[in-house]
Formats: sequence, structure tokens, C-alpha cells
Amino acid sequence: MTTETRADVVPAPFAAPSTDDGGWQRRHLLDLDDFTVEELDLVMRTTDTMKEVLSREVPRVPALRGTTIFTLFYENSTRTRSSFELAGKILGADVINISASGSSVSKGESLVDTVKTLQAVGADVLIMRHNRSGGPYLAARTGQCSVVNAGDGTHAHPTQALLDLYTMRGALGDVRGRKVVIVGDLLHSRVARSNAWALTTMGAEVVVCAPPTLVPARLGEALEGHLPRVRVETDLDKAVVDADVVMALRIQNERMQGGYVPGVREYSRLYQVNGERVARAKPGALVMHPGPMNEGVEISHEVAHGLQSRVEEQVTNGVAVRMAVLWLLTRNSTKAAKAAAKGAL
Amino acid sequence: MSESNIMSPDDIRRAVTRIAHEIVENNRGTDDLVFVGMRTRGVPLAHRIAAAIAEFERVEVPIGSLDVGLYRDDLTERGATVSIQPSDLPEVAGKKIVLVDDVLYTGRTVRAALDALIDYGRPRRIQLAVLVDRGHRELPIRADFVGKNIPTSRADNVQVRLNESDGEEYVRVTVGEKVEVGR
Repeated sequence: MTTETRADVVPAPFAAPSTDDGGWQRRHLLDLDDFTVEELDLVMRTTDTMKEVLSREVPRVPALRGTTIFTLFYENSTRTRSSFELAGKILGADVINISASGSSVSKGESLVDTVKTLQAVGADVLIMRHNRSGGPYLAARTGQCSVVNAGDGTHAHPTQALLDLYTMRGALGDVRGRKVVIVGDLLHSRVARSNAWALTTMGAEVVVCAPPTLVPARLGEALEGHLPRVRVETDLDKAVVDADVVMALRIQNERMQGGYVPGVREYSRLYQVNGERVARAKPGALVMHPGPMNEGVEISHEVAHGLQSRVEEQVTNGVAVRMAVLWLLTRNSTKAAKAAAKGAL
Repeated sequence: MSESNIMSPDDIRRAVTRIAHEIVENNRGTDDLVFVGMRTRGVPLAHRIAAAIAEFERVEVPIGSLDVGLYRDDLTERGATVSIQPSDLPEVAGKKIVLVDDVLYTGRTVRAALDALIDYGRPRRIQLAVLVDRGHRELPIRADFVGKNIPTSRADNVQVRLNESDGEEYVRVTVGEKVEVGR
């Protein structure tokens, strides 16, 4: 038996070892607007590895041992914060949670000073949610630690978009050429924005759907590079036809009071993702929602918990995606650079 | 710089066959054996050893693959390869594991692999099979089965290429500049 034939016997899924890291150089994750296909692919592949870790009896690896992660949340959050915390702990990092209330922030400390303080305390990674768009960008410019945007104002929520992409790819294979309908408050949704960037980069067809009052003014115009290329459709019944994915966004109570929408009943009559509308999409189309859901408003109870719903899977995948993000960002951290410099002395 | 081919495809085939025989002899058969290939090139090697054993013993030894990226202690020194893949292991608790890798050098990858393996369960025994041992250990680790011992200097570069992963097949040593690396 020759080597060649023996090689043929090997059922090798390893024929093309995928060691390509897409030239990954990032230290911060602020938005997905400048991500390449290769970078998104790397995050997805790394997430596969993290899923394997999560599937173990004792999910814990020493990959980020000695790394200190701070979560700094100026806005409330349950799932994002807890999944970041869990992600860090599974990778062996020390995770410390700080919320704006109950810290010096409530005593009037500025964002820049808070970031500098946390860095002086020993933060390697800062996971930040801020009510103002751009908050994490300011933090990234201020310090040497890696900054992860966990949602800033109405601007971006990159890890949510990454977990949504991962969930879609898990069910559909590739998203290229797939039709994804995002319905809800586009004007204020950081989830919609980051999703639109990631999905269009990966070649999906993105249709956004909202009442005209909740569509950003220049969305749908050809603003090369400044906005993702999406199609706007204000009639949900038309938008969902032949969709592969229908994603509902949370409609916040403030919007009702802000005069954007006449009322809850009006909104849910025209824009609720319900069984009748999902039936117009492709058979087996995925129903997604970033949570928290207002059941009976933007999504019906039957659909939210139906067979086509991926909502729970989104939450599970959130931990794995955030592990991948933490792992990838710390590969290029200052700590790594320091250790490398020490090794070369 | 000069290059020299240390092993031809035939040399590699003979080494793999010999290792396969040694493993069976050393373990008095194949009961409870599990091969774990270390990514990347340990995986096709593990498959080859298992295929050889299947040929002369008529037994299929279970094979797994292990990525130690999450367990390394020298990532930062290596210019940080960020690419990691999922491990895929059969039951390891109570088994006689043979770790398979292409090159044994400092021993740090093997150290990481031991940590990783033990996270999956408590093996009865762990042995190590490598195609090439190039010396310069930094840890108290040795191989149980060696295809070929190759004396090298630290500056040398040992390249193993296998058909399954690279589309070509050889072991080659590129002699590096004899510059003492400052410590």
C-alpha cells in the first residue's frame, strides 16, 4: 500500500487547514462597518471552537488567564452583560462589573477619567455600554486597553450582530443571497445598524421595514460606504414575501410617547411579526429577536415561541460569540505586546 | 541558508508503519487505545497510524483531533496565531491515549495538549508519538514513539509536509543563521 492510497483512506476534513487569520490586527470592537468578509469568517470559525468548549461537562479553558476584564455599563442590560461576564470567566479571565449607578460615575466622574482609572487599576479589556453614540470610541482613544462596544446609543451593537450572523449561518449555511427582513424601530436601533453592516458585507439581501416615521432619513439612498446597502419597505406584508429570516426589533415605550407611532395597537396591527406574516416568508424561515421581547407588540406570542423561532439559540450563541471576540481582541493586546518584548530581550 | 531533505515519502511511510507496530507491541494489543492527533499535521498522522494498524491487526482504533490554541503559554511569543479550531474527541476517560504530532521541539505544545486532554476526562495512560524529534526540550517531556531523531540547532527550521494537509510530502531542515539569540 503506497502513501498515496493510504492518504486517500483518510477521511480528512483537514485537507485544507484553515489557519488563515485574515490578517487580524484588531484590538477594539466598536462596530462592524469596516469589517472584511475574512474577518467576519474568522470570528465565525472561532465561535465554532468556543461552542465546542461550551459543550463540555466543565466548560473552562485557561486561554485568558491573567487577563482582567471590566464591564462598564451606563445603561441597563441583562443578557449582554451576563453573557460577556460568563464568556470572560469560561476563558479564565477575571471579570469585574461596574455599573454607572453605584460607582464614581454617579458622583460626576467623566467618561475619560473613569476609563483612565480602570486602566490604572489594571483593566486589559473594557466592555462598555453607553447611552450616547460614540462613547466606546472615546474610551478606545483614551486608553491602552481593548474596548468592546456592548451597545452605544442608537449607533452600534456589534456583538449582537455577530451572534445573529452566527445563528443565521448555523441554520442556513451561508447567508449570501439570502433575504433578511429587519422590522422595527430603525431610527433608534443599534442592533439593526450593526446587523445591516455585517449582513450586507456577507452578501445577504437586507430589507428593513418600519413606519416611515421610524426610518432614518437618508437610508436607502446611495451613500457609498456611509450606510449599509439596504432596501427600505414600509409595508411589512410585502417585505416578508420569500424572506429567509424575519427579525423583529423591540419597540420601546418611549417611542410611543415620542409621537413616532400612533399607538401600540396601531403598531402591532401593521408591524407585528405574527403567524400570518411569517407564513408569507419562505417555508421554515427563521424568526429572530434580539430581546427583550414585547410579546404581543412587535412579535406575537405564538411566533416568539414557535418552531421557527431562534430566539433562545441567539442567547446561547451570544456567549460563544463573545468568547470568540474576547479571544481575538486579546491576541493583539498591549499585554501580549509587552510579553513578546520581554521574550525578545 | 541551505536546505536538506531529511525524509522522503517512503521514509515517512516506513516510520509510520514502524510506529504503528511499536504502539501495538507496547500496549499489548489495541484494547482501549485512542489516537489523538494534534492540529494540524498530527491529525493526518494519527489517521495513517490507525490505517496501518487496521491493516495488520484488523482493528479500528478511535481517532480524535485536538487543538491546543486555548491552552498555550507561548502564544504571545510566537507572533500570536489567532486561528483556532474545535477539538473533536471520542471518550478519553479510562482510555490509553496516544497523542500524535509531527514535530517534538520545546515540549510546550505537548504540555498544553496534556492540560487540554485532562479537561475531557481522566485517561488511564497518555503516550506520545511524533514523526520527528528535533531536541531542545524546555520541559521534562519525552516521546514514547519517534519516527526519526534529527539533531538541529535552535536556529534551524524543520518543515513537515504531508499530502493530506499540504499536497506534498517530505521532512526538510533549513539551516538557519547561527546567531545567538540574546537572552
